[in-house]
Amino acid sequence: MKVIAAMSGGVDSAVAAARVVDAGHEVIGVHLALSANPQKYRSGARGCCTIEDSHDARRAADIIGIPFYIWDMAEEFHEGVVSNFLSEYSAGKTPNPCLRCNEKIKFEAVLKRARAMGYDAVATGHYAKLFSSDKGPLLYRADDEGKDQSYVLAVLTQEQLSGALFPLGDTVKSEVRKEAEARGFSLAQKPDSHDICFVPSGDNAGWLRDRLGSEVGEIVDEEGAVLGKHKGAYTYTVGQRRGLGLTIPADDGRARYVLRVEPINNRVVVGSREELAITEISGVDVKWCGPVASLGEHRGLAQVRAHGKALPCTYRWDGERLSATLDEPLFGLAPGQALVIYEDERAVGSATIDWTK
Amino acid sequence: MNAAYLDNAATTAMLPEALEVMLSEASQVGNASSLHGAGRRARRVVEESREKIAAALGAKPQEIIFTASGTEANNLAVKGLYWNSAPEKSAIFSTPIEHHAILDPLEWLEREEQVTLHLAEVDGDGTTQVVSAIDLLRERQNEISFATVMHSNNEVGALQPVSEIAAAARELKIPIHTDAVQSFGKVPLNFSTLGVDAMTISGHKIGGPLGVAALVARKDLELTPLLHGGGQERDVRSGTLHTPAIAAFATAAEISQQRLESNASRIRNLRERLIQGVTRAVDDVRLNGGSNTLPGIVHFTFAGAEGDALLLLLDAQGVQCSTGSACSAGIAQPSHVLIAMGFAPKVARSSIRFSIGATTSEQEINKVISVINEVVTRARAAGVK
Repeated sequence: MKVIAAMSGGVDSAVAAARVVDAGHEVIGVHLALSANPQKYRSGARGCCTIEDSHDARRAADIIGIPFYIWDMAEEFHEGVVSNFLSEYSAGKTPNPCLRCNEKIKFEAVLKRARAMGYDAVATGHYAKLFSSDKGPLLYRADDEGKDQSYVLAVLTQEQLSGALFPLGDTVKSEVRKEAEARGFSLAQKPDSHDICFVPSGDNAGWLRDRLGSEVGEIVDEEGAVLGKHKGAYTYTVGQRRGLGLTIPADDGRARYVLRVEPINNRVVVGSREELAITEISGVDVKWCGPVASLGEHRGLAQVRAHGKALPCTYRWDGERLSATLDEPLFGLAPGQALVIYEDERAVGSATIDWTK
Repeated sequence: MNAAYLDNAATTAMLPEALEVMLSEASQVGNASSLHGAGRRARRVVEESREKIAAALGAKPQEIIFTASGTEANNLAVKGLYWNSAPEKSAIFSTPIEHHAILDPLEWLEREEQVTLHLAEVDGDGTTQVVSAIDLLRERQNEISFATVMHSNNEVGALQPVSEIAAAARELKIPIHTDAVQSFGKVPLNFSTLGVDAMTISGHKIGGPLGVAALVARKDLELTPLLHGGGQERDVRSGTLHTPAIAAFATAAEISQQRLESNASRIRNLRERLIQGVTRAVDDVRLNGGSNTLPGIVHFTFAGAEGDALLLLLDAQGVQCSTGSACSAGIAQPSHVLIAMGFAPKVARSSIRFSIGATTSEQEINKVISVINEVVTRARAAGVK
């Protein structure tokens, strides 16, 4: 096969690229430039988007012995990921930008360009496993439970997955680092990337305030009683307890949590932990990373955060919405997050959560 | 896979004769500034080389100031001339299609020292417009410190009307420099008859080694040095002279001068072959640079295909060429030359440069012709932003 290896400059994608070469494919390394002004994004060896990172990726490509190019995806990234991130937050939702980046950039813009240019697949350093079957590609959790990234890949369609390669799915991270060392990659000991690559300081709330303004508003309880003030509603997330700065104690003296963010009237609604409990989750924009489920109810596992637990549930597909009824309640779930359904280790499909109860 | 190297405007293979001289000199000890025997030997090699290069250029040996790169020579010309001019001379005349080694120092002076830049108009072929250029020089003569106009454009190959502009500049007593890095050894070039006060030439574009170039400057032209130290080159440029590279540069200069006509006609034939082959093989291709160009530069626009994609796909086929555009943080920007020629950014991004050199073979040209259609088709499928 002819393969484009997406190389961020990190350990994982470098080893992934080397493995694709070892497997006998014709490979070129491509670093995605995601900002027209990389200094604006995270600086230092923290995982992606800097000039040092493109240098590290180039050095790894040299060692592997493959051609290396930089592809300008700044516009696509801004439109598909950063703008979406801002608009979701300003609508009171909590988006997952890594998931959007996979959906809109790596396995959409990049894969499309690769295919047009005669390449068959895009290889990345994601921790997930792909198996081919007579029903098309199937996405499974990685062997390294702690690093598993199937959640952020479950937004991909089978059509997209048919052009994806995840060579690290069967290896634990510590082994990948050892392999990078053995292959002579200078980036072998680079720290893992965390947080959001386009928020340079790691201060998500501050970054959002700078872009969306910080209009002071009220923090209220379910009855509408004003308990305090906030500095920009969208910097709060459902389930959040810290940083509310409430001066009036609750009647029962117990901690209060964000129940809802209401951007239209710039309010943050708080309440008790019990009020956060939900058992019903429903979402739209449904994507099937495996065969489309049959209409009706099925047993499975629901996961609602990148590294959250998989919760036993009954899920339903009605042709438009993917919904789940959890066996046990879950505390605090922000709209905008992805609901990913698993059957054992296999990712079934995903939806963007817009309703919970 | 047999490769085709068609990026000779970026750098050339060393001539075997130049390489031999370089290796033989590199095996000798001696600093050309030392007074003892070894030093004198090195000095002799440097001075003989200076004479050869001067002879190849129609210049006097004492007019050659060796530098470590064309970029250094251009910086020395731009900053050295500006810093040496009277305080009321707060402007510089140039063109918008200069190489970055001229444009960037100009823009640096604009930013750091509030210099005003007067840039001439260029036409759609990338040729500086003589009449308006001379008008501009006249209009602003009292404020212009000096002029710098490239001899030929490195991206599209268009030869520039340097002698006409130089004549006007001389009349107005405005010093004029030309960046002749791409022209030297490719087209007839005579420092004294061209009428310029300073000229940049470089070794590695003519089969000489990397890391050696020269600013050719009239003896009475005063330049403020950029590098201070031993004052080796006329007290204008300091740094131990790179005897092996200088000797090899001189050999390459001499040979390229001797072979200028035969090389040029052979290269022009290859250029014609490439142009015909490509325009026959691909629809909707446009040749840039007009009719008066360097013999070896072929610059095409393939509408609807991104230059980066063309380069990647050609590279995968063993064809090495250039998009001609600069990178900003690794991201290709549309070429400032093409933008100045009036290209829309999207069209500018759809362009690539093949540059043919003395070592280019017919097989290499045929190789390009044989793969170009498939490459352009694929690149067009990937689209252009």
